[in-house]
Amino acid sequence: MVGLGTAEGSSLRITGVIKDFPNLDDPDARTQALDAVSLSIEAGELVSLIGPSGCGKSTLLRLLAGLDQPTAGELCVGDQPIHGPSAERGLVFQDPNLFPWLTVKRNIQSGLVARNLLHDKRHEVDDFICLVGLDSFAGAYPHHLSGGMAQRAALARALINHPKVLLLDEPLGALDAFTRMRMQDEVLRLWEARGTTMLLVTHDIDEAIYMSDRIVIMTSRPGRVERIIDVPLERPRQRNSAEFMRLRSDILEFLHFAGQQTNGDLRS
Amino acid sequence: MNTSIDVVTQPVQSAAAKPARAYALSWKSPRAWFALPLALAIAFAIHLWASKGQPELERNTYSIFLGAVFAAYLLAVAVQIVWRGLQNWLDHMSPILAVAVSLLAIWEVITAGFHLLPMPYFPGPAGVLWNLIDDRARLLDSTLHSLLLLIFGYALGVCIALVTGVCIGWFGRARYWGMPLLKLIGPIPATAWIPLAMVLAPKAMFAAVGVIALAVWFPVTMLTASGISNTRASYLDVARTLGASESYLIFRVAIPAAMPNIFIGLFMGLGASFLTLIVAETVGVKSGLGWYVSWAQGWAEYGKVYAAIVIMAAFFSTIMTLLFKLRDRVLVWQKGVIKW
Repeated sequence: MVGLGTAEGSSLRITGVIKDFPNLDDPDARTQALDAVSLSIEAGELVSLIGPSGCGKSTLLRLLAGLDQPTAGELCVGDQPIHGPSAERGLVFQDPNLFPWLTVKRNIQSGLVARNLLHDKRHEVDDFICLVGLDSFAGAYPHHLSGGMAQRAALARALINHPKVLLLDEPLGALDAFTRMRMQDEVLRLWEARGTTMLLVTHDIDEAIYMSDRIVIMTSRPGRVERIIDVPLERPRQRNSAEFMRLRSDILEFLHFAGQQTNGDLRS
Repeated sequence: MNTSIDVVTQPVQSAAAKPARAYALSWKSPRAWFALPLALAIAFAIHLWASKGQPELERNTYSIFLGAVFAAYLLAVAVQIVWRGLQNWLDHMSPILAVAVSLLAIWEVITAGFHLLPMPYFPGPAGVLWNLIDDRARLLDSTLHSLLLLIFGYALGVCIALVTGVCIGWFGRARYWGMPLLKLIGPIPATAWIPLAMVLAPKAMFAAVGVIALAVWFPVTMLTASGISNTRASYLDVARTLGASESYLIFRVAIPAAMPNIFIGLFMGLGASFLTLIVAETVGVKSGLGWYVSWAQGWAEYGKVYAAIVIMAAFFSTIMTLLFKLRDRVLVWQKGVIKW
């Protein structure tokens, strides 16, 4: 089995990161997406990133994944600066992005194929398929899967490389409320079992409180870290406990001060 | 049965039809099933009347042909009792076959019956069938020559096109230099190069292979390049975060993602290759079905011309069907709408 602590998390350090993009309307101007963002995440920590649309959460995640380069500043995993994409930093999108031409099993093992490790680690593939409960769907093509199953397959695909950091870009955003709550527990189970550092971008304040050790609130245009809130609640957490509710109203109140919508869902 | 639509609807039909069927012979639509023997009977009667005064051999051959179709029908009716697939096929095909036989009868009435069309340009079905059988050795030889040219030309064109298409689709520099060439050369009908090819190639056959390859090359390159360059960026991003090298991105992400497009190019290229093959054989190569048609025309043997066209219909549609089967196999992941 994929045992406890087989993949130890790494810390993440983001120092003074600035990212701007060319402005489509005005070729001389640049749109600033991130402005001097600094953030430290401990190894094995689960941190949520919330904020209004356009606050640069996804941009930050893409920088951490190495898919884009910052305009200025530094991003490090452990003490290694990030230069490009790597199998040690897994990324899961809102859309599962399973390769539609591969079966579930082949999707999950694609990380091993990409690194020429399939021969040595073939035995782990079935463990990961079991881990996300897709045993009976190993031979199915992605178009046969429901949204929740597809997202679990995407999680297994990201986990098979034993990443030190798992970057989750609204991975549960497209799921219905029930599937979503069940998937939150699954992600937590994987996190606790594997000790992977996780950075979760979400629109859902309840999800952030339920899952994370700390919540980073960002503001938009340009994206900045506005506030970091500790979540000192015991795990497993009760979604309707008094502390949960108090934390929730604190965050809502804060976001209200920041001039954002306050209906509990920041999607705009 | 040869079209993509059929391939998709067939399982649905049979699945829906199953519960309604008893084990033994069940006449789902008797009128449709009786249509074929009825049409055959009418065609036979018309033939007996229309072919009076035609050569004995030609008359009898067509009679035997109609009888053979009837025998095959009776056999199919017997076998379908135990073979449900054939039963579905009969349900589907009976009306089509009946109409086909009726058209043959109408053709015979117009040509051999009332001589409404000038001879020798419009022989009746019996004449064409007789030529098909009488000249079978030369027709077979021509078909094999055409097949050889087609296989070499198509394979060569596809191989080159896949390489150029992937390069143009993936590498910015290849796109910069390749696209103008592709846009300029591609739209020229490949047949326009035949005179040049005949001069350059040491043998007419090489010229034909080259021209067919060129005809195939353009659509396959174009569609492959656009498929590769339109690969969803998120698939590439995911693969990169899984530790993929560039060769993995090309061969395991971009090419599979472009497969549906590539197959469209392969179909377009196949159509272009048929056309080019026949033209090349007509004007240059001294063998093959295209050559046979113009040779028969030279002798005013129009029965042979139509016989060659019948062979082409069977030959080309078989190749098309094979490509459809290959596509269904390769793109199996695309099919199906059932969600668990």
